[in-house]
Amino acid sequence: MSQTISPVLSVVPTRALVDETFKMVVENLPPASPVTLHALLYSEDKDYWEAYGHYVSDHRGTVSVAEDMSLGGTYTGKEAMGLLWSMRPEPGSRTGLRLRKREVTSPMLVHISVYSGHITEGFRKQSPLASVPTERWYMAPGVQRIEIKEKGVRGTFFIPPGPGPFPGLLDMWGGRGGLLEYRSALLASHGYASLALEYFSPSELQSADLQIQYFETAFNIIKDHPQVIPDKVGILGLSLGTMLAFNLVAESTKIKPRCCVCISGHHLVSNRLMIDGSLPNDPKKLRFDENNYLIRRDVVLPVPSDPSQKIDVRNIKCPMLLVNGDDDQNSPTVEAAEDIGNMMRSGGNLHLLSTLTYPDTGHLIEPPYSPHFRATTVRAPRTKEKVMILWGGQTKPHSDAQEDSWRKILAYLHHHLYSSTTPKAKM
Amino acid sequence: MSKTIPPVLSVVPTRALVDETFKVVVENLPPASPVTLHALLYSEDKDYWEAYGHYVSDHRGTVSVAEDMSLGGTYTGKEAMGLLWSMRPEPGSRTGLRLRKREVTSPMLVHISVYSGHITEGFRKQSPLASVPTERWYMAPGVQRIEIKEKGVRGTFFIPPGPGPFPGLLDMWGGGGGLLEYRSALLASHGYASLALEYFSPGELQSADLQMQYFETAFNIIKDHPQVIPDKVGILGLSLGTILAFYLAAESTKIKPRCCVCISGHHLASNRLMIDGSLPNDPKKTRFDENNYRIWRDVVLPVPSDPSQKIDMRKIKCPMLLVNGDDDQNSPTVEAAEDIANMMRSGGNLHLLSTLTYPNTGHLIEPPYSPHFRATNFIIPTATKEKVIVLWGGQSKPHSDAQEDSWRKILSFLQHHLCSSTIPKARM
Repeated sequence: MSQTISPVLSVVPTRALVDETFKMVVENLPPASPVTLHALLYSEDKDYWEAYGHYVSDHRGTVSVAEDMSLGGTYTGKEAMGLLWSMRPEPGSRTGLRLRKREVTSPMLVHISVYSGHITEGFRKQSPLASVPTERWYMAPGVQRIEIKEKGVRGTFFIPPGPGPFPGLLDMWGGRGGLLEYRSALLASHGYASLALEYFSPSELQSADLQIQYFETAFNIIKDHPQVIPDKVGILGLSLGTMLAFNLVAESTKIKPRCCVCISGHHLVSNRLMIDGSLPNDPKKLRFDENNYLIRRDVVLPVPSDPSQKIDVRNIKCPMLLVNGDDDQNSPTVEAAEDIGNMMRSGGNLHLLSTLTYPDTGHLIEPPYSPHFRATTVRAPRTKEKVMILWGGQTKPHSDAQEDSWRKILAYLHHHLYSSTTPKAKM
Repeated sequence: MSKTIPPVLSVVPTRALVDETFKVVVENLPPASPVTLHALLYSEDKDYWEAYGHYVSDHRGTVSVAEDMSLGGTYTGKEAMGLLWSMRPEPGSRTGLRLRKREVTSPMLVHISVYSGHITEGFRKQSPLASVPTERWYMAPGVQRIEIKEKGVRGTFFIPPGPGPFPGLLDMWGGGGGLLEYRSALLASHGYASLALEYFSPGELQSADLQMQYFETAFNIIKDHPQVIPDKVGILGLSLGTILAFYLAAESTKIKPRCCVCISGHHLASNRLMIDGSLPNDPKKTRFDENNYRIWRDVVLPVPSDPSQKIDMRKIKCPMLLVNGDDDQNSPTVEAAEDIANMMRSGGNLHLLSTLTYPNTGHLIEPPYSPHFRATNFIIPTATKEKVIVLWGGQSKPHSDAQEDSWRKILSFLQHHLCSSTIPKARM
């Protein structure tokens, strides 16, 4: 059998951080030839995630994902990174899955392949024309990973390479609990000594240690580290982590965060939150959508007019960046942000507040090119029953929001934690 | 002590193939502030290699290596990759060293640092302002590495990721002997199924198996591999590897290379080369420079007019790209290239020949950003195994430019002859 020229698939670079872009090009195809570009990831939880786009080669027999339009698939249009952000579990997989890497010292391995024709399923059963694996890393070389079990605080500290000292970050996830390291690993890869904090075990919120002292101790562990600049430590939170961030900056007399990034959170809890761990939880206010997915956004509505039922954001003394999606079905972040603006206006500290609100974007605003999860499975804390929670968002606008907000978050952190209006470093 | 904001050093990307560029930027410096950018590599042979450049920050307190001029150091001028190609052993190291990675499944780890002021030595004893490690890889993810010990042939085969089939390459190093995998690993990362061939052990050329059959067998191992396109197998050689490539392309009736890349070689060996392994070696023609380094370029000169004293280039039937440096002190590659062209003109096959000749470039033309070695230790492959220092030639900056330019042109030449086709494209 005579072998003709194989199409050539190139992905550049083949090793990158997860928030870096790549260029994918196929050459040596016949002109005007339909092909499918495909991405495949086998997750730590042993599920297959995939994305694909339908392309037609040009007169030179070339397809360039960054420049050509996808005509169909899990994404359409000119989308250089569509093969990553539009990933979803292979049809037939378990439902309600979420993709979150636990082991950050190794990369995600994404296999990029090109198939003949426009196909929509059965990729793993066919032979591609060409295939290239590509590594996506949360950790840059030289980032240190240090497990913290100190003064009762549990977490993982990621320190950038080099002597430092570096600005610091207290990184707080949300209501699912456990310890996720990937965002802190990525922040350290961008020059921030970042502590991913564990403050309750998965699904054990009732027994969580939400006392303010726990978070103050964690903050000070960062601040007192020899490789951290003590007056340049900020807080970054998502969801429940944002609520805690609001409470800390408003109420703590012991710590002074330099700035706060508050993703998908609200201030609609009384200050009992950090005394007895009680979160609002009125079952009558839970709604369900047409798929029976749980919508929790109404639980804390309406926004109380009584300030004692809210975190007093008028006490806040550091700059804050709010990042919200207007299709957040889990939390009423947009309504809350409006009320925060009103409170801070009356409190005279409105100048500290910046708000980004993204259209058709849901609750789970993650680093760029992460797949979008409109609804995923969660175990109810007491009954351990599996429930599908609706987070919201439409995949394309939500992915755009992840890309744009991450860039703005990094610029915001750089401005508040790296730049200085004082004379620069004396050397 | 109050801690102020330290300077921020970024290297992008931090993981790359060895022939990819990076951007090195320092921010948060005081304006108009002198700093030294430094690169450090601890080699497999346990030597420290370093390069450095002297910079002055702009009014925003930024230094960008890709855009600013180095005012001094191991390189000067606007050199985005100067921190790699201008590396040399730390002062006080052993002499005559050469940097060649043996273990290709792991990256070279280069530490990029920025120091206050313009300094020239003692880097490892001082604390830098900032430091970032960066990985330089010969192998892309998914490239397969297969040790070959088959039909008497010894080597390592690197196959690109994916089903293939791929064009193939027979990759032949020179007179130092042994087995070096890095160039084949890099070629496979660019889509070529490349076999790095071992044909003699270091220092044992006399007992080497230079019989043509050995190389024909190696070529066929590549050609017959299920993931290789049988009529798209080429040869790439350097130095002695090029002499052998010329010989195979001219004399073999059993193999048909699709094209040949011939780096730093010549055709001035009689056809006894592949019969009794004899290489010209007239000690009277060895010269020495002012440092007592050996200059071997005259050993095969003058170019014989008798065709039987040369490889008959008129018989060559495949496209050939010659890559030479005009300061090659080891081999008279430029004179040979001229004679090759004359032979091929008279033979009617001149249209197959392309020649690149680089100014002030020496013998060891390696992949881009590899440090330049003007003279290194060498074990003479005779019974005495005498250790000498051989002068390869070249000046670092033009030689490094040549490595960068020639590699791009080599990849383009290979792509044209092994990947493109004038026949209708792949039927799918």
